[in-house]
Amino acid sequence: MSQQASTGVLVNEAASSEYLVFSLGDEEYAVDILKVQEIRGYENVTRIANVPEFIKGVTNLRGVIVPIIDLRLKFHLDKVEYGGQTVVIVVNVDDRIVGIVVDGVSDVMSLSPDQIKPAPEFGVTLSSDYLSGIGSLDDRMLVLVDIEKLLTHEEMQLVERTAESA
Amino acid sequence: MDISDFYETFFEEAEELLADMERLLLDLDVDDPDVEDLNAIFRAAHSIKGGAGTFGFTVLQETTHLLENLLDHTRRGELSLRRDIVDTFLETKDMLHDQLDAYRNGGEPDAEAFERISRVLQQIALDELGQQKAVTKATAEPAAEPAPAPTPEVEAPSQPADEQATQDGAENAKRRLSIALIGVNDKDRALLVEELQHFGTIVSQSGDAQRYQVSLESAESQDDIEAVLCFIIEPEQLSIEVDGSTSPGAGKEAPEASAPAEREPAEEAPAPVSESAAPAIPEQTASSEPAKGQAAPARAAGKSGGKSAKGSESSTIRVPVDKVDQIINLVGELIITQSMLEQTASDLDIVSHGPLVNGMNLLQRNARDLQEAVMSIRMMPMDYVFSRFPRLVRDLAAKLDKDVELVTEGKSTELDKSLIERIIDPLTHLVRNSLDHGLESREKRKAAGKSPTGRLTLSAQHQGGNILIEVIDDGAGLNRDKILAKARSNGLAISDTMSDDEVWQLIFAPGFSTAEQVSDVSGRGVGMDVVKRNIQEMGGHVEILSKPGEGTTTRIVLPLTLAILDGMSIRCGQETFLLPLNAVLESLQPQAEDVYSMAGDDQLLKVRDEYLPIIALHHALDVVGAKTELTEAIAVIVQGEGRRYALLVDDLIGQQQVVVKNLETNYRKVPGISAATILGDGSVALILDIADLHRLDRRKSQQRHETKRQYLQEVSQV
Repeated sequence: MSQQASTGVLVNEAASSEYLVFSLGDEEYAVDILKVQEIRGYENVTRIANVPEFIKGVTNLRGVIVPIIDLRLKFHLDKVEYGGQTVVIVVNVDDRIVGIVVDGVSDVMSLSPDQIKPAPEFGVTLSSDYLSGIGSLDDRMLVLVDIEKLLTHEEMQLVERTAESA
Repeated sequence: MDISDFYETFFEEAEELLADMERLLLDLDVDDPDVEDLNAIFRAAHSIKGGAGTFGFTVLQETTHLLENLLDHTRRGELSLRRDIVDTFLETKDMLHDQLDAYRNGGEPDAEAFERISRVLQQIALDELGQQKAVTKATAEPAAEPAPAPTPEVEAPSQPADEQATQDGAENAKRRLSIALIGVNDKDRALLVEELQHFGTIVSQSGDAQRYQVSLESAESQDDIEAVLCFIIEPEQLSIEVDGSTSPGAGKEAPEASAPAEREPAEEAPAPVSESAAPAIPEQTASSEPAKGQAAPARAAGKSGGKSAKGSESSTIRVPVDKVDQIINLVGELIITQSMLEQTASDLDIVSHGPLVNGMNLLQRNARDLQEAVMSIRMMPMDYVFSRFPRLVRDLAAKLDKDVELVTEGKSTELDKSLIERIIDPLTHLVRNSLDHGLESREKRKAAGKSPTGRLTLSAQHQGGNILIEVIDDGAGLNRDKILAKARSNGLAISDTMSDDEVWQLIFAPGFSTAEQVSDVSGRGVGMDVVKRNIQEMGGHVEILSKPGEGTTTRIVLPLTLAILDGMSIRCGQETFLLPLNAVLESLQPQAEDVYSMAGDDQLLKVRDEYLPIIALHHALDVVGAKTELTEAIAVIVQGEGRRYALLVDDLIGQQQVVVKNLETNYRKVPGISAATILGDGSVALILDIADLHRLDRRKSQQRHETKRQYLQEVSQV
């Protein structure tokens, strides 16, 4: 099920950066591809009690225990299903490996700085703290997620703050 | 390659040498010191001096030089040891350690401290050897003693410039040394030649990797050069010989001294001999024959001692801990893969797949053996910890004016390295406590009809998957009334009917100390709670056994290793969890008549004569689909942090050894869970934290209680 993500893409412009595009429901999101370690299927997740709903649990990634977060639950999407298409993007941020559950991965995009617009102030669900902007590509709109800020954000309760913020 | 690459090697070696030195000094019988031990101490100082010189650690070099001189006189019986001299030596050893640390951290050692210790050492030299010299002069000179005239040398170090002059003049003048490097590669050779330049002038050099010949003009002794070069290469790769002809520098030398001083090193005399002989040169000329005879045994001893030390050195290798950890992790993976395969293979028909099944069995055995072997790499003997206590006890006993005999048992008991390092501080604290509070003063002991010498025993032993470390004193024992009174004044919840065990546990409360006077040894009341916390962090616990008048035993129980856990796998709903086996006392099927409810929600289970609180796992961890009927479930009686309770689970699956995986690496601490592990099918199972699970359940019950109360309030308001 798992495959390497960063294959077969040419870098055309030095200034542009590449993003992995994934879907949550009908919406398209993108993360910096350099943070992505691999993509694998959703399977065998061990539940953890007394944690927020969007933390699905932990799984065994070749001997390493990795927490799995469902971004659909985090972003309060209506329909959350687990099927053959459900994909886990394994990202490596802040020396931690975390898997994020998304509905699907579509492609890798190269975005130049002028294609990236600043993120507008959103409502309560999606804090602009962890959005790095909006990417516009023809008629598509990509929400660029700053995965590092998102995962280390306090409300994710992924990282114990007490020790680090001091 | 830079010379600083070797700093770390030097620091580590020097540290080991210092540790050896301390051990030997402590073991030394002051009245009848063993010559071998004295030699060993001297060699340690000498090696450190050699290394310090090479790396330019001047202060360290000078301090060791002073110490070495005194040690040299001691081992040749010219300076008789006294307890205070040994104390000074020990103090010097501490100072050397401080200096080493300073250099290690890239700083300069404390100059004041250095001066102070130099003065003390010089004073000893003057006092002791001054008299000795007079005696020797009068009586022993004609005899075989190589009677030294140490005064000039001993005075010298107070003015380093002078020392240099004295050494240049009186000690070995420049000789031409022929040094052969055998089987040394180019890179090392370049470094070695660069090193040699520090010793003197290189006259010529030639050869290949097989044998490289360097001709060096130097005033240093061969031993010094060898000691330095052996930081880089093996002693077998090196041969140093003195060329027959004297270099022009020798003209400086005192004419009458030149003959013996030179011929002797020519027979590859080790430095200690030639160096210490140097001040004695004027006299030596008169009695050169006996002097040689005397020097020979010393040299032989030095040589053979050096050989054996080097022999043991080459049979060990230094490996960074993270490399070992990596191997342990990989082997852990291997074990998991192996058990996965085993599970698959167990479904196969043994007749048609005979060879495969046999192979699987073999693989299992080999994998287990490999795991055991790898785990043993991390194991270190408790001696590593115990060996630092003789000194501590000795110093502390002197300070408290008590006579204490320290006994250590089970020094070879092995424990995981990460645990062994973390046990030192708590253990030190317990030893200090025992000495200060536990053991009584001489008078009190006599009055109680005990031997005036207190006895402190440190012991370590294996018990199942645990190691028991005990600090036992034969002192007065804990005073129940005093502890209770103190607890009361500290506002701790107590009652007079508490069992002794419960009372003893009170001393682990923060801020608790029954010492009437705060001394600098103990009594500030920080400590016992820290000891307890440290040990709990290591997955262990502390017990206290005490009898009035007979003494106190503090027992630390620790798991052997943190990497592997003996677990009991249990099922709850569809989920599998692991219980640490050492927390499990028994399991039973609860009978309805044994269950009592208390204050509405809480339930107690009567097990024999004990009432244990019931905690349902599905309750604490929100497991869906678990058996909710008490009498259908299994009650596992568990114990953690001294608390006992009945944990309700659906089923027991079995015992198994698991590799502990940290949850905090990529995630965080989870309430009620200590770690995770990977099961045979590749899925993750959580390992329960017995004590934390209890706290978690308390919290959840309180929350539920709160919501219920609020709900009732709302209802009543409507």
